[in-house]
Amino acid sequence: MNFYDGMERYGSAVAFTEEDGALYTYAQLAAAADAFSASVPDRGLVFLLADNSLDAVTGYIGCLRARVPAALLAGGIPSEQLANLLAAYRPNYLWLPRGRAAETPNAVEVYAKGGYVLLSTGAEPLRAHNDLALLMTTSGSTGSAKFVRLSCGNVAANAASIAAYLNIAGEDRAITTLPMHYVFGLSVINSHLQAGARIALTDASLMEKRFWEQVKAQRSTSLSGVPYTYELLKRLHWERMKLPDLKMLTQAGGKLSAALVAEFAEHCRQKGIRFYVMYGAAEATARMAYLPPQLALEKPGSIGVPIPGGELWIEDENGNAITRSGVVGELFYRGPNVSLGYAQRREDLALGDERGCVLATGDLALRDADGVYSIVGRKSRFVKLFGNRVNLEDVEQLLRGAGIDCACAGDDSLLRIYITNPALSDDAVAAAQRLTQLHPSAFRSCVIDCIPRNAAGKIIYAELP
Amino acid sequence: MTNKQRYDKVFMEALTLQPEDLNDALVYNSVAAWDSVGHMSMMAALETEFDIMMETDDIIDFSSYTKGMEILAKYEVQF
Repeated sequence: MNFYDGMERYGSAVAFTEEDGALYTYAQLAAAADAFSASVPDRGLVFLLADNSLDAVTGYIGCLRARVPAALLAGGIPSEQLANLLAAYRPNYLWLPRGRAAETPNAVEVYAKGGYVLLSTGAEPLRAHNDLALLMTTSGSTGSAKFVRLSCGNVAANAASIAAYLNIAGEDRAITTLPMHYVFGLSVINSHLQAGARIALTDASLMEKRFWEQVKAQRSTSLSGVPYTYELLKRLHWERMKLPDLKMLTQAGGKLSAALVAEFAEHCRQKGIRFYVMYGAAEATARMAYLPPQLALEKPGSIGVPIPGGELWIEDENGNAITRSGVVGELFYRGPNVSLGYAQRREDLALGDERGCVLATGDLALRDADGVYSIVGRKSRFVKLFGNRVNLEDVEQLLRGAGIDCACAGDDSLLRIYITNPALSDDAVAAAQRLTQLHPSAFRSCVIDCIPRNAAGKIIYAELP
Repeated sequence: MTNKQRYDKVFMEALTLQPEDLNDALVYNSVAAWDSVGHMSMMAALETEFDIMMETDDIIDFSSYTKGMEILAKYEVQF
């Protein structure tokens, strides 16, 4: 049985602790979750502003158990971003810290617990697909209204697979190092609930004494982190800290340099700590591959092997599987944790499975003779216009050189040039035609308000219309 | 420059603060720039400025502008 429906089987074992000593056993968590969801009888959409607290977890588990679709957002999401999401999705409910209730003045309080309140917005009934469970943001969706749609089955399957390959057991004790609205943070929680293990909830960072006091008080057995977390740990000389209970370190959320992997692997080997480098994406719930600890020293630049229940393969440009080792192609994954698809607005919640359990990762990878995978880069953005291979990056650069700020996207039938200045519409097509020497019908200019960019200034192509 | 002036300079540069921001009320997370990222870069800057190597316990105990001066005293940086 999945972790959320089968929570009662762990009865009086402790599921969550908070810093002030408050705790929930599995039985108490199930009861609190069901008391919450009794106030959401109509399967409406819930916006869940989640900090790492018992109250946030209660709403999350309540939604999963009652099959109520929930969008997990940062507890501290900026008001402006929240307003955009409210407009795009018109949630029926919000579960949020009481201090933020005033931001939706027309919503009515229907339930409260601890520091959280449940507000009913009076939005029209939701038409959602039966399988829809969670809406999660992706690393590329900061500030946009884009979510990954996850099914109940996605969440259950990934939790079970992770708990299995990490050998999580009932006596294990995790601590939150990441926010729960982030897929990696959530996967740590889910996989520990799967095993009947304990999770210490904290919002403290690794740079705070409060965090390490919790690690000691709770006798935490594992820490999870993104590459940046590992830089902090290195900076803190973690290898000199007295952490006698620590049995496992896990890393995901981006590529950790091979040098740091090797350094951590060596320290962990000496201390008898299992160190897992892992690979995944929000589009696959969280996890797709992991590097077994014994391989971290031998192959520190690798992502390892598929998780239990999953399959990895590499395809060439023509969509044919590459079976020889050492040949680079796009990495594909198949498994029960591949998301249903994306959502950009409320109406998309009625959509079903658009991926059929297969995810094209967009990462370029190769498999070595031992069957271990490594990522070597991101797929270049090419289209084939009239059989001519055109690098979208190049066209963009050339147009920019001609004074046209733009983003290029498209497929083999059409190259779209996104511009913000309508006056340059014809010039953009003419310039692209001139630069590529291809027929003008291969190009179309599209005028948009602004070119979507991330904080680092990189264009977010997934957000182009 | 006195040690105090050097200490203040590191704070202002690492956390992009003005002289009037440096007081007893300046604690971890009290300004946006003093998060875990800001903390790590400021600790590195202090180590460079005073040519010291801080212990883990001191790095995580360094929770305020005032506390920091007590901690640096252990490394023979006198104010």
